[in-house]
Amino acid sequence: MKTMPRLIAATALALLAGCAATPSKVDPLEPMNRALYKVHDVLDTNIVKPVAEGYATVVPQFMRTGFANVFNNIDDLFSAVNGLLQGKPEKAGNDLGRVLINTFFGMGGLIDIASDAGIERGNEDFGQTFAVWGIPQGPYLFIPLFGPTTVRDGAGVIVRIAVGPVGYINDVALRNSIYGVGYVDLRSQVLESGSIVDTAALDRYIFIRNAYLQRRRYLIYDGKPPPEPEDE
Amino acid sequence: MSLTTKTRGLRAIGAACVAVLIAAALPANAQEAPDAMVKRVSQDVIATIKADPLVQAGNEARIREVIEAKLVPNFDFPRMTALAMGKNWRAASPEQQKRLADEFKTLLVRTYSGALTKYRDEAIDYKPLRMSPADTDVTVRTLVMKSGGQPIQIDYSLTKAADGWKVFDVVIGGVSLVTNYRDEFNEQMKNGGVDGLIKTLSDRNKGVAAK
Repeated sequence: MKTMPRLIAATALALLAGCAATPSKVDPLEPMNRALYKVHDVLDTNIVKPVAEGYATVVPQFMRTGFANVFNNIDDLFSAVNGLLQGKPEKAGNDLGRVLINTFFGMGGLIDIASDAGIERGNEDFGQTFAVWGIPQGPYLFIPLFGPTTVRDGAGVIVRIAVGPVGYINDVALRNSIYGVGYVDLRSQVLESGSIVDTAALDRYIFIRNAYLQRRRYLIYDGKPPPEPEDE
Repeated sequence: MSLTTKTRGLRAIGAACVAVLIAAALPANAQEAPDAMVKRVSQDVIATIKADPLVQAGNEARIREVIEAKLVPNFDFPRMTALAMGKNWRAASPEQQKRLADEFKTLLVRTYSGALTKYRDEAIDYKPLRMSPADTDVTVRTLVMKSGGQPIQIDYSLTKAADGWKVFDVVIGGVSLVTNYRDEFNEQMKNGGVDGLIKTLSDRNKGVAAK
């Protein structure tokens, strides 16, 4: 299981390619991205999706929810950090409160009692922080086995992986198992969305690209994006 | 009293009842607030699919029937299609516009049926609506609570029509359905014009897989 280093290498490569292009259009690298999307589709259809489906069938819901909650709890900590980096102390405090509640009263994050208590997740990440800092989005990218991203969001993910905490685990087997379970669990959560895209999309590549970019814009503006300029 | 007169009498009472019901329903519908409409329709659809044994057995044709009967009348498909087409809408003849709206409607009904088969008792939180009486376009916000997952925000954009409020966009977690189709439609228009787009839509509706 050496997916992560490979993913990072692939992302870095794509980043380099991305920087060489003119960022005038949202997706100047469309030919390359479409080729990568095809690679992804083959790998996903034949390997990742069946594994995720198997995982969802074999592992009971409460365990999957538990795993997801632990990963989310770590994400919430980074959401708090990013809230601070974006100058949103209130949001950061909210996320930190979630982490404290779920870690100490939710069995180390296994149970998301903060959500049950109505404390919503902040959903901040490094990609959004870069956006708030005024760093341009850069070209859209599609990375096999990782999915849709942009140069800015990809850089955010690299920072996130670099600052850990899983990267600091010295036991290689354990570290890779955590990455593996986290990856399969994440994929299993979007099995339903995948089948909806299959029905809804005329061109899945474009459908996924638009949905991703809209979603990111929504997150950057904390759920209140200004109306998009009509591009004729 | 003979049997026929009795039946006739019952029929007359039945007809009168229907007339009263329609009369009562019409003004109520015209005055119904958009958020009340969204809530009523959502609850109606959920109650129906929960109680219907065919739907529970995963019969997609039956789910589509429910959606056609309960959801479709509350949507403004021509406006949705026009918004998704952007400037290309004017390039289409009235007849093409009708076909486009029909095919788009079918595609969305198919998609929605697929999504509804996966519905599992999620609670819906209807956010309070802020609007002034003069508003003709409003957004109704809802939050769908997934058990063991993150809540999903679903917003409905509605426009005021003669026979009540009609939905013209659904925004799921910040992803607008109409905006999402804009690039897709543009791409198809570039490749095959209006007729190309109609063909792609009708192929998809016949079950031909997407690219």
